[in-house]
Amino acid sequence: MAESNGKSGKKKGGAGVIPYADAGYWAPDYEPKDTDILAAFRVTPQKGVDPIEASAAVAGESSTATWTVVWTDRLTDLENYQGKCYKVDKVPGTENQHIAYIAYDMDLFEEGSIANLTSSIIGNVFGFKALKALRLEDMRISKHYLKTFQGPAHGIIMEREYLNKYGRPLLGATVKPKLGLSSRNYGRVIYEACRGGLDFTKDDENINSQPFMRWRDRFLFSIDAVQRAMEATGEHKGHYMNVTAGTMEDMYERAEFAKEIGSPIIMIDLTIGYTAIQSMAKWARANGMLLHLHRAGHGTYTRQKNHGVSFRVIAKWVRMMGVDHVHAGTVVGKLEGDPNMIMGYYDTLTKNFIEADAERGIYFDQDWVSLPGVMPVASGGIHAGQMHQLLHYLGEDVVLQFGGGTIGHPMGIAAGAEANRVALEGMIKARNEGVDYLKEGPEILKKLAKTCPALQSALDTWGEITFDYESTDTADTTPTPTNA
Amino acid sequence: MRVTQGTFSYLPDLTDDEIKAQVQYALDNKWSVSIEFTDDVHPRNSLWDMWGLPMFDLEDASAVVMEVNNCRKAYPNHYARVNAYDPRHGRRTIALQFMVHRPKEEPGFRLDRAEGNDRHIVYTLHSYAAEKPHGERYQDNGN
Repeated sequence: MAESNGKSGKKKGGAGVIPYADAGYWAPDYEPKDTDILAAFRVTPQKGVDPIEASAAVAGESSTATWTVVWTDRLTDLENYQGKCYKVDKVPGTENQHIAYIAYDMDLFEEGSIANLTSSIIGNVFGFKALKALRLEDMRISKHYLKTFQGPAHGIIMEREYLNKYGRPLLGATVKPKLGLSSRNYGRVIYEACRGGLDFTKDDENINSQPFMRWRDRFLFSIDAVQRAMEATGEHKGHYMNVTAGTMEDMYERAEFAKEIGSPIIMIDLTIGYTAIQSMAKWARANGMLLHLHRAGHGTYTRQKNHGVSFRVIAKWVRMMGVDHVHAGTVVGKLEGDPNMIMGYYDTLTKNFIEADAERGIYFDQDWVSLPGVMPVASGGIHAGQMHQLLHYLGEDVVLQFGGGTIGHPMGIAAGAEANRVALEGMIKARNEGVDYLKEGPEILKKLAKTCPALQSALDTWGEITFDYESTDTADTTPTPTNA
Repeated sequence: MRVTQGTFSYLPDLTDDEIKAQVQYALDNKWSVSIEFTDDVHPRNSLWDMWGLPMFDLEDASAVVMEVNNCRKAYPNHYARVNAYDPRHGRRTIALQFMVHRPKEEPGFRLDRAEGNDRHIVYTLHSYAAEKPHGERYQDNGN
């Protein structure tokens, strides 16, 4: 392997260049410690580069190494700080893809800082020339390191207790059109959707404070709509007020205002960055505010199977950063998502212990040591006619967001909301009664529609609509076509 | 108006058999079931009155239906709901909650607005039922 990467073999400690694998970054006998942070990378080496050397280089470049030998290595306990690649597996059915398992000592990362963790793990290493492509597939965060993070501001259980809503998924909708409405008309959409039966409505990720609708005006009309809907139903309602802005100062100002006028929930976009997310999560816990995160931009690095960062890793970071909600895929809607992969994300967000499971793309056991769960949000091209499938794949702890599937209802927004709520409650009731709801879903919906014209109309409008494309991000073992 | 709290408020009111089926689902999941009632259904009122303690280690769902009916008889013009508690680590909260009884007339709410500066409004949801003291509410409805 020394010859294969074009580097000349030099002795450790002397000047010049030595292969990473020989410099301590390939450690096949290493037994990872409980405190270590583990990472699984999908490595595609350049032609002629030995996979072990490439993997060792990933370990090196994501920890202590530079391209040449430096004498100052000898002034520290280098071995402790080196990332150690302890296993490399070829991926079956691929030409030259390998999974490299790398262990990092916990000392390498600052406590409670996703920015610091990611600057190492997905820092320089992703531009490394000897690699054709690199993907971070999964991480095992040690319990010790996890405990240095706040975790979700409230989490699933606390959210349910605040909202007094149990035993069913929550329902939401993104206000449409996503750009261009005036504040007053925007409030109308929120009121109709919430009084009709949704629990939440939501700003879209790119609604911040544009010339056509400034944030303060939007917030005022939105909270009026939420309060009126509570009056009409006697039930908790909310609108995710997007406080995403150009600076932290602006975001704090908007969040404070949302709190002052009585909003139970605000939202931010993934584009604000990890540190900003952690700051907002801290603020949210201190102020009793639920925090919704839209994963805007993630598709640029999560979607391709051979390069980037898997969403399951983003899901882990998001739970550590401390948001209460995050978009995590729909299985049946318009956006990318293999069912097994998505169920893996949902487990990662909601469960306290997740076992390694190749079918779901999960490489490591992960113990969350009682860090609260994040409520996954399913949004994008879903409608009432899919209720049985949504419940089957996504379970109860999820916000189902029907934007078009509420606002586009031919009888109006409130009717669209009612159709979704009736379909949901009817499906939960049937499931609890022991009915094979996945198989009999369409019949259950038809029966419910007999006493609910709004649901009948929704089924007539969207009943046949599916988005049947093959997923790009699938497990290596069992590629599964998107269902329905 | 119809208060839409609980898991099944958008469906027709559950029959006793339907209540029994839901309770059986809870018992099959090892959730303990309790009944609560109130004359103040304000969404922020989490402390409804308890109709006895949660029924731990119950096997027969009919017992809950019987108690629901006893509660209805005692408080025909109150709201009543069934709670199922999941005590497992990581949950420790209600797993299912649904209405099993409502007053004949649901008086609903009024939204009070305290108008401040800068278009700032402080909202208060006023429960009509709570205008009278406990025990005297819904008198006109025959309780």
